[in-house]
Amino acid sequence: MLRHPKAARTPFSIGIAMQPLKPVAAGARVALGVAFFVVFVAVWAFATLGGFVSPTFLADPLTMLRSGWTLLTQMGFAHDIGMTVWRVLGGFALAALLALPLGVAMGAYKPIEAFFEPFVSFARYLPASAFIPLLILWAGIGEAQKLAVIFIGSFFQLVLMIAVAVGNTRRDLVEAAYTLGASDRSLVNRVLIPGAAPEIAEILRMVLGWAWTYVIVAELIGASSGIGHMITDSQALLATDQIIFGIIVIGLIGLASDLAFKTLNRRMFPWAQLDR
Amino acid sequence: MHVISLRGVSRTFRSTHGDTLALRHTDFDVQENDFVTILGPSGCGKSTLLRIVAGLDHATSGEVLQDGKRITGPGPDRGMVFQSYTLFPWLTVHENVCFGLRERGVARSEQNDIARDFIDRVGLSGFERHYPKQLSGGMQQRTALARALANQPRVLLMDEPFGALDHQTRELMQELLLGIWEAQRKTVLFVTHDIDEAVFMANRVVVMTARPGRIKLERPVELPHPRHYSVKTSPAFAALKAELTDEVRAEVLATQAAQSGRNAA
Repeated sequence: MLRHPKAARTPFSIGIAMQPLKPVAAGARVALGVAFFVVFVAVWAFATLGGFVSPTFLADPLTMLRSGWTLLTQMGFAHDIGMTVWRVLGGFALAALLALPLGVAMGAYKPIEAFFEPFVSFARYLPASAFIPLLILWAGIGEAQKLAVIFIGSFFQLVLMIAVAVGNTRRDLVEAAYTLGASDRSLVNRVLIPGAAPEIAEILRMVLGWAWTYVIVAELIGASSGIGHMITDSQALLATDQIIFGIIVIGLIGLASDLAFKTLNRRMFPWAQLDR
Repeated sequence: MHVISLRGVSRTFRSTHGDTLALRHTDFDVQENDFVTILGPSGCGKSTLLRIVAGLDHATSGEVLQDGKRITGPGPDRGMVFQSYTLFPWLTVHENVCFGLRERGVARSEQNDIARDFIDRVGLSGFERHYPKQLSGGMQQRTALARALANQPRVLLMDEPFGALDHQTRELMQELLLGIWEAQRKTVLFVTHDIDEAVFMANRVVVMTARPGRIKLERPVELPHPRHYSVKTSPAFAALKAELTDEVRAEVLATQAAQSGRNAA
């Protein structure tokens, strides 16, 4: 193994020698990841339980957990979580379903890209949250409006990124396929799509993360259920414990869906992972 | 009739810095069962010539005929092995070799038989289920060769296919390809800048001039088949190699002179 001369002299305090880009062992990686959570909660507990911060502004971790339990068992917060998850998945699935064919078509056929790309590039910078008042006007404050916010927030991003992923297919693979007798149609189906598939899966994972931020914004205004609605209600009651619990639940669901997506991608595209 | 005929083919690349003539009025024929190597310094247009035959590039003037018919684009009758590794990374070795067969709608069981046969011929039995990333460069190029051959092309076009391999692997690949050619008598058009490689495998070597490329000379290689690698140390081999070395060297020097002349101006 290559050893940096300085590595032996400057060990990290818990026995991990640091060197640029040197990988960290799997066990140490998990330990370090958990350690920061512990530090974070410890600082929070010290500041709140030690009486340095007023409970009006920031609840302590124990109160947060207690009221979280109350929320779940007595106030039907599980239903709110379910509603939010449903909205994210529904809006995102709708966006992905339409963005996939359009993105692939744009990536594969340059005239189609030339037709849509300028508008989509413009539309992706329109903030989804700015559409909320308009969407309420059009679709009311029901589910359609929530789904529409998620859709606007993710559709244009998906289209552009998928188009780029498909368009970046290695040209020598395209040429190889043609010399093997591939038609234009099978070039798209058998080369462009399977070649870009792992990157498209990564794009879906990333944009799903963004969709989570849109749903909460959509629920902060004109909603009667959902995590965002609970957070707005709690603000009126100055219940910082509940607000923090809601935020943490969002984070946990995001983390779980991200991990699930990563695992799924690794299973579906073993060939893309072999060198990592 | 010739399998491949080039008639007055030239190719000019246009850019904002002006036009570059890459290939100048080239006439050239490949016969049935020929193994022709095209030799020349880098940038002499030999790859351009091959890509025009493949249909991946087009001639600015002149025409290319295959069995008397004009070539307008790439097709399965002209199989190609590239210098870069062009196996489809999402397909296994077996699936890569089946790619062209599946495109033609060959029955699945027949695809499997053909693929097994060609994977065996390139010595990769047991690696059918491997993905390209799990293979060495030499193994990837052997798979690419099997993939091109399985498609039963009329002509096999090879663009410095062993150029990225280490010396020892390259020599083994040359023997492998030559062995397959000796058994099958495929028509092969092979571009290289390696003189040993050009002489060892070919029955005809074509030397191209520096840019703008055209054919400078042709030499038949009258070494008997089957050729053993020890032929590389024979006097006949050495004599031909010496002549071709001089001819290619003159072109490399001409290229350098042209470049330094341009820089001085």
